[in-house]
Amino acid sequence: MHPSFITRRSALLGLASAFTLGRASLALAAASTDARFVVVIMRGALDGLAAVVPYGDPALAALRGPLVPPPPGAEGGLADLGGFYGLHPSMPEMAAMYRAGELLPVHAVAGHYRSRSHFEAQDCMESGADHRMTSGWLNRAVLAMPKPPGPEAALAVGLTTPLLMQGPATIAAYAPPSFAKPDADLYARIAALNHADPITGPAIAEGMRDRGFSGATLMGTARQPNAYAFPALAAMAGKLLASPTGPRVAALELGGWDTHADQMRRLHGPLSALDQGLAALKLGLGDQWSRTAVLVMTEFGRTARINGTAGTDHGTGTVAFVAGGQVAGGRVMANWPGLGNLFEDRDLQPTADLRSVAKGLLGGHLGLPAAALASVFPGSSDARPTAGLLRV
Amino acid sequence: MDNHAAQAMIRFGLGRRGQEPLPDDPTAWLRAQLRGADPGPPGSDVAQGFYAIRLDQENKPQPGTPGAVRTLFKAEQDGLVANAITTATPFRERLVWFWANHFTVSLRNGRTGALGGDFIRTAIRPYATGKFSDMLLAVIRHPAMLLYLDNAASIGPNSVVGKTAKRGLNENLARECLELHTVSPASGYTQEDVTSFARVLTGWSVANGDRAPPGFLFRSGIHEPGAKTVLGHEVPQGEAGGTDMLAFLAAHPATYRHLATKLVQHFVADTPPPAAVHTIEAVLRDTKGDLGQAAAALVGLPAAWEPLVKLRTPQDYVLAVLRAVDLPETKRPDGAGLMRALGQPLFGAPFPIGWPDQAVEWAGPEAMMRRVDWAYGFSGRAAALDPAMLAEASLGSFLTADTNGAIRGAGSRRDGLTLLFTSPEFQRR
Repeated sequence: MHPSFITRRSALLGLASAFTLGRASLALAAASTDARFVVVIMRGALDGLAAVVPYGDPALAALRGPLVPPPPGAEGGLADLGGFYGLHPSMPEMAAMYRAGELLPVHAVAGHYRSRSHFEAQDCMESGADHRMTSGWLNRAVLAMPKPPGPEAALAVGLTTPLLMQGPATIAAYAPPSFAKPDADLYARIAALNHADPITGPAIAEGMRDRGFSGATLMGTARQPNAYAFPALAAMAGKLLASPTGPRVAALELGGWDTHADQMRRLHGPLSALDQGLAALKLGLGDQWSRTAVLVMTEFGRTARINGTAGTDHGTGTVAFVAGGQVAGGRVMANWPGLGNLFEDRDLQPTADLRSVAKGLLGGHLGLPAAALASVFPGSSDARPTAGLLRV
Repeated sequence: MDNHAAQAMIRFGLGRRGQEPLPDDPTAWLRAQLRGADPGPPGSDVAQGFYAIRLDQENKPQPGTPGAVRTLFKAEQDGLVANAITTATPFRERLVWFWANHFTVSLRNGRTGALGGDFIRTAIRPYATGKFSDMLLAVIRHPAMLLYLDNAASIGPNSVVGKTAKRGLNENLARECLELHTVSPASGYTQEDVTSFARVLTGWSVANGDRAPPGFLFRSGIHEPGAKTVLGHEVPQGEAGGTDMLAFLAAHPATYRHLATKLVQHFVADTPPPAAVHTIEAVLRDTKGDLGQAAAALVGLPAAWEPLVKLRTPQDYVLAVLRAVDLPETKRPDGAGLMRALGQPLFGAPFPIGWPDQAVEWAGPEAMMRRVDWAYGFSGRAAALDPAMLAEASLGSFLTADTNGAIRGAGSRRDGLTLLFTSPEFQRR
């Protein structure tokens, strides 16, 4: 039996009976925030039809034959995902997760917006709304977590905090240091000088807190990882999330998906970085992987047809990935629209709403109640939480 | 240094260089920079760029050696940074960097490493105080842009080549030109407009010197035949169609609005005050897109003289520090490398939209801490300088009593310089 089942189920029970069980409920409620949640943003628009190839769709070959890897079983071929879909060959670690029942690709998914502008779409995806907001949905989700999170509940991994994580909830940030540093006293004077400044003041104060926190947690790592290597950042995120006193929620970003030309060659790098990154995250999390859910998402998909330069242009429907020890994986979740029925005669027709997937995880995994989900994703009443993402 | 002179050097310029003379009439000093020629730093042309690309293709650079393209690219970056540190017309130079960012070409795609220097030299710099329509045409015809946004290989489906080839249209340049360079989504263009514009631009391609002289080349064999309609505007077939459409876009009211908004955001405030935007928009409209007149009008905006409103981006910040310390050429650190380390490499913007121009995008905790740590490291190498004198020279009347006191009370010159460079007033412009 999966050990995490017990924890999670009792946590939910504890929450439900918080008023009657008194003290015990506190412990159980605390346990509920033992769940770990990681969001990976793929900036630039992943071609979902390339990552999870519907090789069983009769219209595929005519649309994009040259971009389709060999079939499952062939040399350098797709990893079969149940006889209709195949995972791109650059993703062996994720194929292994799928076989272990820990990876759930959600196909023909799209945000609720229909912009084909990277910047507008990313703003909407991260805001969780139909316009750019000053906070991201993951920040609002942290605020709404059942147990009020401590200052280090959420972590942005990388040099900047993505809009997804910006907002009123305090966000720690971690990027591997690579410079000589002032001593604590000089830091303190710098912070004092900037204290009253509305921009530099809070940033430096938070940065210092993050350094202390991250530094202590990471004590004992022998080697500084490459600051820009996604797998190394993911490994660090895993370690930080694994700590009992560490953050519970993290966001990472990975670029390189805007494959307008020469897609077959150019996708290998980012796909393999994602693949190795998720493996590194799992490794870093150790036992806590069983309490973790990961959502991997992108702003939109790409055209179903190849464009004139062996690439694809901005599209609509794409794939998202849900991974983790509690995920009901080992299958592809999709209401497959068929490639004979393209959106605006060019893009994969979306049949699932990315917000629903996110809501399904925030509700089912982090325990956010329905009212909280409504405030995390304003105006999303028609996007009901996706059921069946988790093994409960 | 009074407020006005300080503001002219810090907001409009790139920060005071050492003890350079202060302008008696800051407004006149700024406007004078908009007149005359601006040759900029020398560098490699497109032919030399393509030659370097070919050299690297024929002889793969050995591991640990830079290769022809990287050598050329480093020289271009060093030239740009050295010019920005030493220029006597820093307002003019800020405008060049502004427009180079507006028309981003990045190493993330194409072969811009070998061509980006020429792009700025021939498509941006000559027009930074000229007509926007001329800059737009020069930019879209430049091989760096045609390769960066994939237009060089975009093929009309009904062209001579398109009918037999398996390749076809690529919308990338057409979309970004509408969205980012000219009318912006506010104009309400449709997917159909994007596709039509992409058809207009088919054939706008690049010769690398093998069969035709290196540079722009119109390839009629891949040009989509027939007239097209973009934003309701009828565009003729042929190379002239692209020129015609770009002239239409350059003079579009939505373009003037978009450019005015970005200019005001850069020179006035992160959230552009509508009145200031209207003023600059009107100047652009009345002068048919004269960027020099628009720049002169920015100087005339009272709101642009509100001190220290903008946060210095990493590029701004590195240039301001290097201008302030004004080290001899042989002792200057690698400015381009510093910009990279602080998160804003030259020709390195992740997307065609270029680098953001709002404090919130640059003031993340970790980004700020990198700045602090770098300032400390750099101050260790510049510790021969007197921090109090440097503070007075570079900030003038903007130097606060708190910062001055902290610098004077620092235990070492290094600590004093670190406090100067990390003070809130030095991080702003």
